[in-house]
Amino acid sequence: MEKLQARNLNLWYYDFQALKDVNVSFEEKKITAIIGPSGCGKSTMLRAFNRMNDLIEGVRTEGKILIDGENILNNGMGLEGLRKKVGMVFQRPNPFPLSIYENIVFGEKIHAEKIKKGRLERIIEDSLKAVFLWDDLKDKLHKPALGLSLEQKQRLCIARLIAVKPDVVLMDEPCSALDPQATARIEELMRELKNNYTIIIVTHNMQQAARVSDETGFMLLGELIEFGRTEDIFTRPKDRRTEDYITGRYG
Amino acid sequence: MRKFKEFIIEKLILSCGLASIFFVGVIFFFLLKEGLALFQFIKPISFLLGRNWYPISEPAQLGIFPLILGSLLVTLGAAVISIPIGVACALYISEIAPGKLKEVLKAGIELLAAIPSVVLGFIGMITLVPWVKNIFHLPTGLTALTGSIMLAFMAMPTIVSIAEDALYSVPKSYKEGALAMGATHWQTIWRVMLPAASSGILAAVMLGIGRVIGETMAVMMITGNSAVMPKMIPFGFVQSVRTLTATIAAEMGEAVVGSEHYFALFAIGIVLFIISFAINVTADLFLHREKTRL
Repeated sequence: MEKLQARNLNLWYYDFQALKDVNVSFEEKKITAIIGPSGCGKSTMLRAFNRMNDLIEGVRTEGKILIDGENILNNGMGLEGLRKKVGMVFQRPNPFPLSIYENIVFGEKIHAEKIKKGRLERIIEDSLKAVFLWDDLKDKLHKPALGLSLEQKQRLCIARLIAVKPDVVLMDEPCSALDPQATARIEELMRELKNNYTIIIVTHNMQQAARVSDETGFMLLGELIEFGRTEDIFTRPKDRRTEDYITGRYG
Repeated sequence: MRKFKEFIIEKLILSCGLASIFFVGVIFFFLLKEGLALFQFIKPISFLLGRNWYPISEPAQLGIFPLILGSLLVTLGAAVISIPIGVACALYISEIAPGKLKEVLKAGIELLAAIPSVVLGFIGMITLVPWVKNIFHLPTGLTALTGSIMLAFMAMPTIVSIAEDALYSVPKSYKEGALAMGATHWQTIWRVMLPAASSGILAAVMLGIGRVIGETMAVMMITGNSAVMPKMIPFGFVQSVRTLTATIAAEMGEAVVGSEHYFALFAIGIVLFIISFAINVTADLFLHREKTRL
């Protein structure tokens, strides 16, 4: 099932065209990796999917981005609702300077009509269990989140996200601040999360893409050069440029 | 030769640094010496808590309790007015105002800080004083409230600029994170930006209050300067009061050097010094906490 599609997606920063006629579709409950050298537009594309680019001055987007068939680039699109549905994990873990508890219930507090204490407790436990932090943190829920290790912080950010039950999780190089062991554990978590969420991950770590993703897209200079099953992309790429990149000739 | 030059310059800079400490030390010593001399005539407790300030009666009555209350009353009023407006203004400048307006507002705030307090006092005297008098049907408009309103204008630039700095230095990633969770702009401000900047905002408030407590000229011109015990809040606000600072400024010229009155004015100086010092240290602690936390 297709969850998210981009059709003829073009994006400009003032005069610079960062995305050129991108057509792509992402499968539901799969992990799709977007790879490519720095500045190829992969993060920009990711941030188009929850319209975070709206925050940047001088950005103009054309084309269509369909989520469950609805074009999110429409003017009437409610950004709050969209971002609840399409969550994002950032490159640097960015828990709020609040307690662990407050970080996780943040989404519920901003979206719920009425806040019920019992429901908050359940959300805390479910979300922390989903990211395998419950056993470590259950006794220090009211400690500041900024005191956690980097890996725990990134897990907490993921927990904070899945507490609002998004459909799609966008990950913008979620492991680039982490060491290899922590990276491996986060990848493990991603495989686990795939059962419930559609995950799109941007990475410039090709091994990571090969390890975790079902499908891979390769981007270069704002264009989506090749898209297909991860196996195929890494073993028999069709495009010369994809081959050059995955064999390490540039990037 | 080169080394020698370095040595000289280093020592020169060092002595400049030490000079500031030295002057503070000397001033403090002088203040203590003159102020503490008062306590050979009168007990500290009856100085601080005495209800009558009649420095030239015979014998002199030197109780500064009404003056302390006067200062607190004016400061409290100024804080109640300036803190919400100042913090809201800082929020607007750092979060909401579009580029050009932001620059205009910032320049405006700086201009407000540049107005000499005597001018504020003067403007207060001819505009605010009659207004307060008419609204509350008072015999005089020279009241604590009048002083509070004018002093709020003096505290505001400090509060706005420091609070705005604090909000500005909240990492962008917090804001992005909150927005990416689907928070509205206001939810982001209220639930993430304000808590993240809380130490800096508290420091801003403390420094603003510090400025109010130490202010002399404007309060002397518009609070009426009557050294009587203020009534309970809120009635105290529409009554003439006298602050610690105004007392020193108004009476230093007429106090006979070496008299009880003279020493008492210095002792008031010590009290003011302690209050300002405490406020600045608290503000510093908040600012420091901000730095270590981020």
